Amino acid sequence: MLTLPLSSIVLITGFLLILIGLWAMFVHKDIIRMIIGFSIIDTGIHMVMVALGYITGGTAPIFDDVVNVADTSVKIVDPVPSALVLTAIVIGLGVTAIMLSYAVRIYQAKNSLSIDDCAEQKW
Amino acid sequence: MLKRLFMLAALLMMAVLFYDIAGNFSERTELTGISGHYASQGAEELGAANLVASVVITYRGLDTLGEVTVLFISAAGASLLLRRRRGEGTDKEARRQYAESSEIVLTTLSILFPIILLFGVYIFINGHLTPGGGFQGGAVIASALLFFILARPNESLSHALLMKVESLSGFTYVMLGLLGVVLAGGFLDNRVIPLGDFGSLFSAGLIPFINVLIGLKVGSELGSLLQKFKE
Repeated sequence: MLTLPLSSIVLITGFLLILIGLWAMFVHKDIIRMIIGFSIIDTGIHMVMVALGYITGGTAPIFDDVVNVADTSVKIVDPVPSALVLTAIVIGLGVTAIMLSYAVRIYQAKNSLSIDDCAEQKW
Repeated sequence: MLKRLFMLAALLMMAVLFYDIAGNFSERTELTGISGHYASQGAEELGAANLVASVVITYRGLDTLGEVTVLFISAAGASLLLRRRRGEGTDKEARRQYAESSEIVLTTLSILFPIILLFGVYIFINGHLTPGGGFQGGAVIASALLFFILARPNESLSHALLMKVESLSGFTYVMLGLLGVVLAGGFLDNRVIPLGDFGSLFSAGLIPFINVLIGLKVGSELGSLLQKFKE
């Protein structure tokens, strides 16, 4: 049986989530479902970034009794993607909040959440 | 029909691209470049046990300031979009009356609310030693506020208090950053005060203070966002 390293599994799962989210944004007419699709893409991208920062056999980048300062560069995972994902999660939250409040506005104006009712935005 | 075909083509192209990347991907075995430097020198330079915290707060501190700004702007934008327009009824009329929550929920609220708040504070105070930090602690505090909003739907959080906490912590954050320019190596440098004992609570210079400020700011921002969505 084919065995994959841990980071490849996370990477492939992340790519699959991106594709699933993109598909959800393409086929659904409901704005809320599109926002959910966006969130799924977001999660997929986070997984890809975490996977790219993985070091074989690495542990969390926090110094303690197990990880001492001498041999860090082979023992801990890359701290930069972790910090980036931390940033990306917060930004994603802010963007989702903005999208949801637009959805609330659209619902108040058109009494519907379907993208087809926003025909003036169509080109 | 043509639209569907385009969608499929776009997805397929993405899939091929991803397949290529995933196929050529091989796990790294050693940190190199800038992350190698952070791993080998980070603890000595900044004195924080949590390397992610030192990257977020100090090495890439300017990015984090920008991130906090983005969160602030998105909260402001959401409250702008969700505001009540003139002619949509006065405040009193528009505010719906919700049914009172049951006693079980209210008792749970009074027991759990301080504990969740305390847990959030714990997470951001220990952000430089254990997994956690300002953003995570702020999110936990916001979850306590969400619990309050759900359990007591007829009361609202004090908007003035949230705004004051939010703007005061943002202001102090920038001031601490400027302090780094004057007293240490540059903007948001944490070595303004002595680094202290490695691994103790008061160590790593300004990192715990900035974590507390970020935690308060994120918590109050998310709290006011939740309040806006309820209204």
